[in-house]
Amino acid sequence: MSALADLFTGAMVVAGLFFFLAGTAGLLRFPDTLSRLHALTKADTLGLGLIVLGLMAQAPGPLAALKLLAIWLIALLSGAIAGQLIARAARDGRG
Amino acid sequence: MKLALDAVLVATLLVLALFSLAARQARASAIGFMGFGLVLALVWVRLGAVDVALTEAAVGALTGLLLLGATSLATPAAQPSRPLRLALAGLCALVAGGLAFLVLEAPDPAPSLAAAAVEPLAALDLGNPVTAVLLAYRALDTLLETVVVVLALIGIWSLAPDADWRGAPMVPGADAPSPPLRLLARLLPPVGLVVAVHILWIGADAPGGKFQAATLIAAMGLLVLMAGLAPAPKLGNTRLRALVVGGPALFLALGLLGFLVPGSFLAWPEGLAKPVIVLIEVALTTSLAVLLALIVLGPGARRPRA
Amino acid sequence: MSGPTLYGLAAALLVGLGLYGVLAQASPLRRVLAFNLMGAGVFLMFGVAARRGAAAGLPGDPVPQALVITGIVVAFAATALAVMLMRRLAQTRAEEAAAAASSAPAEHG
Repeated sequence: MSALADLFTGAMVVAGLFFFLAGTAGLLRFPDTLSRLHALTKADTLGLGLIVLGLMAQAPGPLAALKLLAIWLIALLSGAIAGQLIARAARDGRG
Repeated sequence: MKLALDAVLVATLLVLALFSLAARQARASAIGFMGFGLVLALVWVRLGAVDVALTEAAVGALTGLLLLGATSLATPAAQPSRPLRLALAGLCALVAGGLAFLVLEAPDPAPSLAAAAVEPLAALDLGNPVTAVLLAYRALDTLLETVVVVLALIGIWSLAPDADWRGAPMVPGADAPSPPLRLLARLLPPVGLVVAVHILWIGADAPGGKFQAATLIAAMGLLVLMAGLAPAPKLGNTRLRALVVGGPALFLALGLLGFLVPGSFLAWPEGLAKPVIVLIEVALTTSLAVLLALIVLGPGARRPRA
Repeated sequence: MSGPTLYGLAAALLVGLGLYGVLAQASPLRRVLAFNLMGAGVFLMFGVAARRGAAAGLPGDPVPQALVITGIVVAFAATALAVMLMRRLAQTRAEEAAAAASSAPAEHG
């Protein structure tokens, strides 16, 4: 059972890291602020979600697993809104 | 493998430090510094100091906000001459080299007070030795530190012109907040407050405590003000000032009571240590939260329209 | 080399870098920032000493760790005071420049 959980964690974390890598590549390679944001916010949110999902399998109890989930939800909310704020600033020529 | 992780963290930390010093734009420099703070928090986790990591992550964000707000200021800039800079670089290399030598030569394992800090934990009914150090064995440091924060606020307030110093401080961006920021300022503070109270409460037994909780509450308050959901308070307000000094005053008063009961300053009575510490933690959290938020807001200013 | 030693060397470098920044940087903002880098280096030194003093089942000596927590908050207060002084300086200069600009035409005319 624990070997299966470890396998799941490993697979999810690797998948999450792949999205982080893709998001960072987009941040570095894309030409303008909006497309860089597009790459970063989406890929990182998904990447963090996968890592959290993987780590939830290692949590000692349901409460710890819920805490991990809460971290993802807060990051999801603030990441989405920060993306909006930066995009608006860029559109209004303050980027 | 673990050493490789440490090496990656150290390399990132140093690159960010160099970047924030050398970046051309002041804003890039401030953002680099915020990144530096986050990596530094990870380093603290690697050093087994989770309490410090939480403090660094929370306070680092507020420091970043301050620096970011100052990037547009036109301040005089004069760089020392080239030979002087070379001499300074040599001096600083010498200082760094000396410290590096000390790091390599210092005894490992280092002399430690860990055993002495753990021993009375049961008597204090605390599980987190860092909280015990902050509020029991080295309470004097913590008391002086809160007083320093109050003094910093007084120093900042006294920078206001005479006519404005009782007025409300200027809140950047509050005049025309963008809708997403207003949404965030409505959704996040309830969650943030719950997390802050949680961090404060578990601080007795697990990493956490008043500084981390207070910084979080201050950040939530600043978010509400910057989104324009509430007006900034007038600094002359008596209740606000009572909140600012309440925590340190209670700490000092209970410390003085220590002269009567156990017989020395800042000594807590036998068996009552835990409730006294919890009382001080709650009072200090409230005061520190108000203090930190007011420090970021700055001195009183007259509203442009009022 | 052990992890803490590596961090200790990084701390030494940070103190050197920060000190150079405080002394040699041109803009006040960068000096304040460099001061914070130097502070971070000093705090890390404490952290390394705490880690090396791990005993009694703790991951580190709690005494230096607690001192660092106090230090971080005090460094924040000092940074804030410095930034507010810079703000006031910029404000005063702007007022002076405005006053000079409004009185200059009168002198020449």
